[in-house]
Amino acid sequence: MKLTLHIWRQQNAKSKGRFVKYDLDDVSPDMSFLEMLDVLNEKLIAEGQEPVAFDHDCREGICGTCGVVVSGRAHGPRDRTTMCQLHMREFKDGDTLWIEPWRAKAFPVLRDLIVDRSALDRIIAAGGFIGAPTGSAPDANAIPIPKEDADLAMDAAACIGCGACVAACPNASAMLFTAAKVSQFAKLPQGQPERYRRVKAMVRQMDFEGFGNCTNHGECSAACPKAISLDHIAQLNRDYLRSSLRADRRIVSEVGAG
Amino acid sequence: MELNAKIPDGPIEKKWEKHRFDMKLVNPANKRKYSVIVVGSGLAGASGAASMAELGYNVKCFCYQDSPRRAHSIAAQGGINAAKNYQNDGDSVYRLFYDTVKGGDFRSREANVHRLAELSVNIIDQCVAQGVPFAREYGGLLANRSFGGAQVSRTFYARGQTGQQLLLGAYQALERQIGLGKVEMYPRHEMLEPILIDGRARGIVVRDMVTGELETHLADAVVLATGGYGNVFFLATYAKGCNGTAAWRSYKKGACFANPCFTQIHPTCIPVHGDYQSKLTLMSESLRNDGRIWVPKRADDKRPPGAIPEEDRDYYLERIYPSFGNLAPRDVSSRAAKRVVDEGRGVGPTGVGVYLDFADAIERLGEDVIAERYGNLFEMYERITDEDPYTVPMRIYPATHYTMGGLWVDYNLESTIPGLFVIGEANFSDHGANRLGASALMQGLADGYFVIPYTIGDYLARTKFEPLGADHPEAVATVAEVEGRVKRLLSVDGKRTPTSFHRELGQIMWEYCGMARTREGLNEALGKIPALREEFWENVTVPGEAMELNQSLEYAGRVADFLEIGELMCLDALEREESCGAHLREEYQTEDGEAVRDDEDYSHVAAWEYAGEGKKPIRNVEQLNFEYVELATRSYK
Repeated sequence: MKLTLHIWRQQNAKSKGRFVKYDLDDVSPDMSFLEMLDVLNEKLIAEGQEPVAFDHDCREGICGTCGVVVSGRAHGPRDRTTMCQLHMREFKDGDTLWIEPWRAKAFPVLRDLIVDRSALDRIIAAGGFIGAPTGSAPDANAIPIPKEDADLAMDAAACIGCGACVAACPNASAMLFTAAKVSQFAKLPQGQPERYRRVKAMVRQMDFEGFGNCTNHGECSAACPKAISLDHIAQLNRDYLRSSLRADRRIVSEVGAG
Repeated sequence: MELNAKIPDGPIEKKWEKHRFDMKLVNPANKRKYSVIVVGSGLAGASGAASMAELGYNVKCFCYQDSPRRAHSIAAQGGINAAKNYQNDGDSVYRLFYDTVKGGDFRSREANVHRLAELSVNIIDQCVAQGVPFAREYGGLLANRSFGGAQVSRTFYARGQTGQQLLLGAYQALERQIGLGKVEMYPRHEMLEPILIDGRARGIVVRDMVTGELETHLADAVVLATGGYGNVFFLATYAKGCNGTAAWRSYKKGACFANPCFTQIHPTCIPVHGDYQSKLTLMSESLRNDGRIWVPKRADDKRPPGAIPEEDRDYYLERIYPSFGNLAPRDVSSRAAKRVVDEGRGVGPTGVGVYLDFADAIERLGEDVIAERYGNLFEMYERITDEDPYTVPMRIYPATHYTMGGLWVDYNLESTIPGLFVIGEANFSDHGANRLGASALMQGLADGYFVIPYTIGDYLARTKFEPLGADHPEAVATVAEVEGRVKRLLSVDGKRTPTSFHRELGQIMWEYCGMARTREGLNEALGKIPALREEFWENVTVPGEAMELNQSLEYAGRVADFLEIGELMCLDALEREESCGAHLREEYQTEDGEAVRDDEDYSHVAAWEYAGEGKKPIRNVEQLNFEYVELATRSYK
């Protein structure tokens, strides 16, 4: 296959970026998208040019490190697939692809296709956990959990934190990411004690980081490589509303976990 | 060097309890006066950093990824072992201990393995309390599955994403401490050298991978949780960024490297398909619960799998190992696959693969049940190969997956550099010459949650620390050393890319130090690797600058270290003149290809000590004593 690639090149966070055109021949349909970029980079290095910087690590669709927008779609054309699991057989000989980083105010570009997603970590640090210090746990079977609840919690917990939801959202909202964690713990008995303070703290941090609001477009779930459901956003909204009615339970720690 | 494993006295089931009492404590108010550096944020690193911070120590945690949640523990699929005996099938701490010692082919330390088995039960409790959504039965209690090398069902799992869920549990505990200000997190920072002051590990030099700046970080103790070095094979199931640099740099400063040749080849990976390929993908061992492994009986049988009738198929694991069948341990299964492929009976376009067939299981249980158990794995397989495993058998072949070898540690997980602790896959640890499935997650979390928080306290309480500044001459000299190496990499300005060197090294390692090794082959490799390394330093090209985000530079540094690690692995493989576990020397095997151990001469850990540039490293020996599990030939027949 032959491809024409327009790739976003940007030296660092402060410089201005631009699209640069590259022609690539001999693309095998069995290559992953990232292997296609590897081949391009080997060629660029051999020609004395700087390779395209892109984030990647596990290359099996689970670490959440990779992610670029391909011709307007986060993680490319195939549903429920990360870049590393997207194979070139999804494209046709002669295709022209526009490859750019996640675009969001909360995700500044560091170089080329690499963005800074540490805002997502700070949302977790604000409340995306169950406070169970090491050594304090009762026997694992002490509290039975209905299978349905455990399965729903697992559906939510499958989020890989890649940020595609933010990139796909017209408001650059991190609602789906945040809701998945809120919802996972809302389904479990262990998550109940901190349930309402958690949702408040996480939403507050999300706003503080500069993510947009959710206006129910549903682009996030469509782009999500793990198909995290919009139902979790509904769960977050319910819990958030309830938390706001519990005025007596104030959150002590303030914004700015990072 | 005298290796003192510091194994506590007393009966094996009392050793850890006694040791916990004997260790010195740091009183709660004094803990905040101590600082600890943790390098790596996988299961061991994240759980260790979080647990130490919970105790009150000031922790700095470093990872090369953009977030601690990305560490490669996340990719572990199948499960985690624990001796809960929830299935009432005869499991116990002692049985898990026994299985692990036997599974490791009698090359691990009994006392460590017993502690691991004891702690396994606490890990499950801890993870459930953190909200890890393990699989459950309709009654609401935890579900189990069975795994290779065991005859009980003791593996806990969260669909095919157990590693992800356990890591997220530890990551969330870590983020909680970051939010509370007890852990300072440094993502996109790579450790390039330890700092030793008066013979003790007192800090590290890291490179900020965004700005390129070299930073000095000092502390009272350093904990390495940097994973394995399996990427030395280039094609492996490791994440692309996994590397051996932190461990190797520590080795060159005095930490012994133990059993480097013990590398696990996982039997069920998707076979290699092209020369642009960048990594191999694992298919969880749990698939062997329901999948049946076979090849055609005849070498010239090129029919598609569906057209090969039952009587022309060889279910070779079931045939050779009737009592364990498709659940034979990893080393045994991998070698069996290699044998049938070497006989010309391999399948697929390259002939390097075997079938893993779910037709019987689908008929027995229905497609829904199989989809619930393995749905995400089947999907991953389909994405990569464009074949539907519900209708066509999977094709699999062994690939490098884990390193049992690593930095030598004593019972306290302290290396031969005082104050340098090593946890998780990075240490040589508890798996001997072969790790059983679902035991890596167990060991990473045992080390991080339940061992290092105790043993670090003992070290801190026993040691007197002088206050230090980054201007200490040793710290300054270490930074200069790293700076020199970075400059050297950038100034070679040759013709070949780091990838091409790495790929060539991988081919040498797979050929001569892979699933089967020979004296001639290893000697061959010991000639080729130094030559390749020499060429690297004369002909590598690293574009870009030092003071910027430069992925080529990061990678070149790691490849430079792999070019040294590979040599030590081959040397270790050459000098271990026996077969054991994953280490098969063709000179030492039975007629039907089973490993022949030499307990007389090799029932020991080989801990290599760096002797200086260009000098042969020193092979130190830690004798292993088996007081509880009788040394016996491992049989899974």
